[in-house]
Amino acid sequence: MGTRNYRRKTSHSESGPGDGGRTGSWRVERPVVDRSICIPARRGKEACFICWLFCPEIVVSRTIPPTIDLEYCKGCGICAEECPTKAITMVDEASFADEDKE
Amino acid sequence: MHIIENGNVAAAMGIRLCRATVIAAYPITPQTPLTEKLSEYIDSGQMKAEYIPVESEHSAMAVCIAAASAGARVSTATSANGLLYMHEQVQWASGARLPIVMCVVNRAVGAPWNIWNDQQDSISQRDTGWMQLYCADHQQIIDTVIKAYWIAEKSSIPVMVCYDGYILSHTYMPFELPDQDKVDLFLPPFRPDYALSTTEPANLNTVTLPDTRVDVHGELAHGYMEIRYLLQEDLRNSLGIIAQAQERFSDIFGRGADPYLEPYLCEDARYVALGMGSLTYQLRVCVDALRAEGIKVGVMGLRVYRPFPDEALAAALKGKKGVIVFEKALSYGYEGALASDLKAALYEWLAGTGALPRVRGFIAGIGGRDIRTAELTSTLREAILDKTPAGPSWIGLNL
Repeated sequence: MGTRNYRRKTSHSESGPGDGGRTGSWRVERPVVDRSICIPARRGKEACFICWLFCPEIVVSRTIPPTIDLEYCKGCGICAEECPTKAITMVDEASFADEDKE
Repeated sequence: MHIIENGNVAAAMGIRLCRATVIAAYPITPQTPLTEKLSEYIDSGQMKAEYIPVESEHSAMAVCIAAASAGARVSTATSANGLLYMHEQVQWASGARLPIVMCVVNRAVGAPWNIWNDQQDSISQRDTGWMQLYCADHQQIIDTVIKAYWIAEKSSIPVMVCYDGYILSHTYMPFELPDQDKVDLFLPPFRPDYALSTTEPANLNTVTLPDTRVDVHGELAHGYMEIRYLLQEDLRNSLGIIAQAQERFSDIFGRGADPYLEPYLCEDARYVALGMGSLTYQLRVCVDALRAEGIKVGVMGLRVYRPFPDEALAAALKGKKGVIVFEKALSYGYEGALASDLKAALYEWLAGTGALPRVRGFIAGIGGRDIRTAELTSTLREAILDKTPAGPSWIGLNL
């Protein structure tokens, strides 16, 4: 089934996950959160959320601990750059290759 | 009511009658009086619209795109280098499927600077996904503007209404001014499928991936290629919409015949001169002279260049001995674009039938070089008698 009967003839996206396509496949490096030093994770309460605030793709959750939606995270690394405790590390996607296959 | 006005005013009156609500244009010769007239209509309250002054043609089209996306009926106009400067947004408007109507007052493009008439500006925009309609007199200008809005809104494809600079834009001619009531009957208010809204926010034409995607509602949405294919498919289908527009227009206003072609003495003709715009009416004078010499020749005016009415054109020229194409533009490095398009259409529809006419192309009036009727007549005569001398097929060239 193709898009012949799609209701529009233009590119029209609404607010919501995935309306720009599965952008997670663009990622070269994956953000990995070390919960032992992440402020909200360590304290067990709402705090910091700098990564949530800065993420341009809105893929970081405002939860304890914060989670990253890898389906849409493009791997820009802004969260890792801004994290005040350096709890986020950008790791080469190639190192997850075996894990992703399983 | 019959009035006498110039071509730019005819276009402005057409836009006013269509109740366009947003105008954004940057003045450029020979389009300027059209823009000034619209500005005057709005300033004096004769037209209820927003006139948005801009600093360039690129911005003019950007404003038209935004306003049309918000559901406004919009218009702009330009010429020559202004149109070239607008080019990036011109492509955007068609990709975004916005029914913008733009008058292109045909003028030569630089370098070198030249303000006079030829059609290189609009022909160079042939592949932008817009429709292109060409006018041969003032009645056609005002009528074509009105039809253009209906066609554009029905097909969600923008339309250029092209007419020759000075020859039409600045000369005065009598024409019938359509009644507002009839125009309102012909052209209902613009109701787009989607208009930008705070209650239904959307991102329009953001990065669209090569592949299809599942949208937020779980439906499979187009990738870039599907959107572009649909533009091509709808442009081809718009030949039917153009015919419908003509039928509706004739019912309401009692004017107009064939939607694509304007033949003059073609029925029994063995040879046909083909062109677009005001040149086709000048060619009628040449044809009358040659008919008096016993040469069976006619003139075919092409009103619609994109979408290209290939089938109608091939049917009309089937069995003719020769078609002589006169153009005020060319695809540099080859030949006139219309001659190429015509040959492709004739080959597609008539190859192997024994009814394939010979095609000969001439370039005339580049940068406003005077096209003298006597010279045009002798060129046509020589082409028909197959006596055209070798060398450039540019009429009036003095090398």
